Amino acid sequence: MMEQSKYLEGVEKKDLFAHGHRACGGCGQALAARLVHDAAGENTIACVATGCLEVFSSPYPDPAWRIPFLHSLFENPAAVASGVEAAYKALGKGPVNIIAQGGDGSTADIGFQCISGMFERGHNVLYVCYDNEAYMNTGVQRSSFTPYGARTTTTPTGNKTRKKNLPMIAADHGIPYVATATVDDFRDVQKKVKKALAIEGPKYIHILAPCPLGWGHPGELTVEVCRLAKDTGLFPVFEIVNGKVTNVRRIPVKLPVEEYLKVQGRFKHLFKKGVPTEEVAVIQEIANQNIERFNL
Amino acid sequence: MLKQIEGSHAVARVVSECRPNVISAYPITPQTHIVEELATIVGNGELEAEFVNVESEFSAASVVLGASAAGARAYTATTSQGLLLMSEVIYCIAGMRLPIVLTCANRAISAPLSIWNDQQDSMAVRDAGWIQLHAEDNQEAADLHIQAFKIAEKTFLPTMVCMDGFILTHAFEPVDIPEQKEVDDFLPPFKPKHIVDPRWPRGIGLFADPRFYMETRYILHRALEKSEETIKEVSSEFAKVFGRDSGGFIKTYKLKEADVAIVSMGSVVGTIKDMIDQLEEEGKKVGLLQICCYRPFPRHEVHKALEDKMNIVVLEKCISLGRGGILASDVRWSFPRAEKKDRNISSFVAGLGGRNISVDDLRYMVEKVEKEPAEFEFLGLKKELIAERDM
Repeated sequence: MMEQSKYLEGVEKKDLFAHGHRACGGCGQALAARLVHDAAGENTIACVATGCLEVFSSPYPDPAWRIPFLHSLFENPAAVASGVEAAYKALGKGPVNIIAQGGDGSTADIGFQCISGMFERGHNVLYVCYDNEAYMNTGVQRSSFTPYGARTTTTPTGNKTRKKNLPMIAADHGIPYVATATVDDFRDVQKKVKKALAIEGPKYIHILAPCPLGWGHPGELTVEVCRLAKDTGLFPVFEIVNGKVTNVRRIPVKLPVEEYLKVQGRFKHLFKKGVPTEEVAVIQEIANQNIERFNL
Repeated sequence: MLKQIEGSHAVARVVSECRPNVISAYPITPQTHIVEELATIVGNGELEAEFVNVESEFSAASVVLGASAAGARAYTATTSQGLLLMSEVIYCIAGMRLPIVLTCANRAISAPLSIWNDQQDSMAVRDAGWIQLHAEDNQEAADLHIQAFKIAEKTFLPTMVCMDGFILTHAFEPVDIPEQKEVDDFLPPFKPKHIVDPRWPRGIGLFADPRFYMETRYILHRALEKSEETIKEVSSEFAKVFGRDSGGFIKTYKLKEADVAIVSMGSVVGTIKDMIDQLEEEGKKVGLLQICCYRPFPRHEVHKALEDKMNIVVLEKCISLGRGGILASDVRWSFPRAEKKDRNISSFVAGLGGRNISVDDLRYMVEKVEKEPAEFEFLGLKKELIAERDM
């Protein structure tokens, strides 16, 4: 385990997404939001989707934001951000960082069309997806980012479909920058945010943000779970710059997916008396495909 | 300058003269000519604005929401399904007090699909917290837009200008398009109150728990009620500057002496006036009360204008299914309970999905209520198309 001081070296800490919010202990999304906005800096407008982040950070009259915060609906932060950007252009204001953001349900499902529109029109907006792989705010229901096998309240016997691959879909819009990241790697998240914001045009950053409540792991394991997601190959970390996959994070020592699954309650049903069911083999195959596809 | 011009183009011209900073829209018949013309105006450099071509009406409304929250004067136009798709954002815009102006080219609602005119679409969002103004003709449609920006920005209430699809949007009429300078003098630049700007970090769109939510609704309701004054002020100022009456709350036609009073709104009032003139020649006294501003509802003006009328007919191009006339309910509500005795308020729905409303239909309606009040009736219904079991 790295010493804390070393771990935080070079990490921007401005408390623009400040303390006093109401997220659960170990919330990956709260951590990610903090890293993202501290990296972006004061000259930033946050356009936030309805969801956990909005609910735990923006109750009237106690918002946790020290930068302008704009919330309208669940599915429209990308379109709202497009409007903010258009206004800044029209009024000759700026430059300003505009960060549209939402959870995986908002991003992959209900807000998918708005995001696709924002990408395709070429707005100078960074979209950040905090991916916790289900609708957590409403009580852990399945989204199209819920991985194969995971139990949610609407997939009580385990999810039967594979996770939608939004980073590749985003990249295929022809946008200049796409990246994936996980909240355990503070510097990597912040480096990618800064890099994205320096590029003109639409950008997409997809951050794996574990939800202890929905995933069924202790809050203090949020960081560890992220590492396992990467080291098993289940969550590839890479950048796509102008359509080319680059800066892929290589796995130092590849781990079997069981290591990742076993620490989470949502996969508990995949082990009968400790013996993995055939679903685990399917999940291993998904990891293998990722490893091969991205040369992890 | 008086110009023979299509209604949509007239609206686009005056909207452009109002100098919106951001325009965002999605094409839908019969709104298209408005946004096509605006795109042309922006494209050829006559208007400096961002024209955002979006992938849905939902996004169009969201884009203007974001633009307005960032301090821009923002405009959109839609109709029918588009307005319904926007409806979630429509409520949000009002709740966030963003003074956006929207043109609704009134059209029927699916199913069955119909691209033709009625007023079901704007009615579907009447409770959202928007000011709703209804144009009688294209001159008024054009004039109402100039007023709408001023009213919206004075009250911080979004304002919807409703004009009947095709009947107005696609009709060529002589319209006086004001000079740019006249509009500039009438409509000062937008001064937003709260905007997203890193220089003054603030939250817009925070959520309200049960300790706070209800008051926001009360304040919005009161703001709409109080906007009555602004709407009247702006319309009289408009009349003074531009020399013609457009907008306001209500208008009347031969109402004073009338035995039968018809209440309606939108382009159909033209046909109603023709019928009133015909009947006058035949010795019948029929009058009209035209609703120009539907929300806030001009309850006191309606009451005052109809105070001595005992035979009132409300004619409208929309219906609350399972309930009946919507405007009729509003008119009935305008009279204090104790006064209702002996006053007949008949309710007719007509012109749904573009069905023509003829003078003959209207004459039938008047003759019918002269004999006995009609609680609720479809006018111009083809009974031969309806099976016995569905009657």
